Amino acid sequence: MSLTGPDSKQAQRKAAMTVLAHSAAADIAGRLAAIAVPSHQNLREPENGLVMLRGRIGGDGAPFNLGEATVSRAAVRLASGEVGFGYTLGRDAHKAQMIALCDAMVQSAALSGEVETKVIAPLRVAMNAERARKAAESAATRVDFYTMVRGEG
Amino acid sequence: MYVAVKGGERAIENAHRLLAHERRGDRDVAEVTLAQISEQLALGVDRVMTEGSLYDRELAALAIKQARGDMIEAIFLVRAFRATLPRFGATEPVNTGEMQVRRRISSTFKDVPGGQILGPTFDYTHRLLDPQLAEGFVPEQPAIAEASQAATPRVTDILGRDGLIEPSPQADGDAPVGDLTREPLSFPADRDLRLQNLARGDEGFLLALGYSTQRGYGRNHPFAGEIRFGEVEVEFFAEDVGFAVPLGSIELTECQMVNQFKGSTSEAPCFSRGYGLAFGQSERKTMSMALVDRALRAGELGEEVGAPAQDEEFVMSHSDNVQSTGFVEHLKLPHYVDFQSELGLLRKLRQEFAEANEAVEMQEAAE
Repeated sequence: MSLTGPDSKQAQRKAAMTVLAHSAAADIAGRLAAIAVPSHQNLREPENGLVMLRGRIGGDGAPFNLGEATVSRAAVRLASGEVGFGYTLGRDAHKAQMIALCDAMVQSAALSGEVETKVIAPLRVAMNAERARKAAESAATRVDFYTMVRGEG
Repeated sequence: MYVAVKGGERAIENAHRLLAHERRGDRDVAEVTLAQISEQLALGVDRVMTEGSLYDRELAALAIKQARGDMIEAIFLVRAFRATLPRFGATEPVNTGEMQVRRRISSTFKDVPGGQILGPTFDYTHRLLDPQLAEGFVPEQPAIAEASQAATPRVTDILGRDGLIEPSPQADGDAPVGDLTREPLSFPADRDLRLQNLARGDEGFLLALGYSTQRGYGRNHPFAGEIRFGEVEVEFFAEDVGFAVPLGSIELTECQMVNQFKGSTSEAPCFSRGYGLAFGQSERKTMSMALVDRALRAGELGEEVGAPAQDEEFVMSHSDNVQSTGFVEHLKLPHYVDFQSELGLLRKLRQEFAEANEAVEMQEAAE
């Protein structure tokens, strides 16, 4: 994968989307308030719907339908032409719209640096801190069972 | 046969008004919030999401509140809600092997790579009611420890490397994934449809069936190879975007049952398996599901089929508590026309019986 090709841009968009989808709408709004948001319009009005969540038989086999989840989605276009998409679990249409706006900015050469440093990066820090907290709590419950007569297994 | 009735509008309206009043309970007692239900009755919310077949904590909490804590009524409400939204498509299958594990135990290997993590569990509690919890109890902050960076492979993957367990069935090329919300059930059903049915099936029903297999009605000697609970990432291939977009994460519980061997003259014996997967922390549900999944494979694995849990049509036709409650509870709706015709028939039969007896008595008297 080249560092400047379309694959790396896609990877960057996906990484930003992951952080945004994991963040609370209020936290994204708070970060967006700190930057000059470019003029934009809705390409698709935010809407709520469902996706069918799939698992795999045995965890690693053929897919099966587990059950649905609510999803919100939106698309925006910046005045400069970039089109951004926002998808998130849940029914918060405003959150989907903010994700779409960020996705459009990530694609803009002029704006991607600022949205990365002022919006995505701090949200990523918070997301990773939350994951680390949960992992540390779980780690404290790690157990070493031992069998009374030492055997093979 | 059910014949529609008219009338009673005022009484029905007032009954619903009374229901709303009773639902609220004593108005001097604080109203319960959705956040309180979601945070403090979390496992109830998980069950409503799983059997309602819709992952949305807030909606499940609302359903529990509206249903006054009646779980099957809440599941019914959630099922009805999902019919109001369009479906954008299906997600990429989740990878439970990359779960951010909150709990992960194996009853087969004590030294499982990645370690055994008890997580938040009722296991090893004494099941004594705790009066402290009655009011104002502030629990300690959880203990923390350095998290291991080691991977936590599924136990079945570890057994699979040595060929000791059967591999999972792989997807059949372009065959579509069965979806019982789109096509009515028909039998025999493939395993994807069976698992979808079991995933939304009633926990109590599956628990009883799973238990029956352990007691000898289709025994298959299970070990809980692994139970894991935690967060998995969800991705959805969005055509407009052109790649699989991350949607966030969901909490899942997965159970891998390891069962007695199968083998033949041409195949070396290996463990067989049953699988359970459900939303949230739903351990009893996934364990029961895995037992029943394995029992339903009896025919495929060349075992004698005869126990209720091995009967696919019996299990799948009665697992859905919304369907079951619909048919059982419809009996309380007015059946006046139906009953009148039964009553008419019964009166006629009794009259014929009386007339016949009278004729016999008269004949006996004459003789």
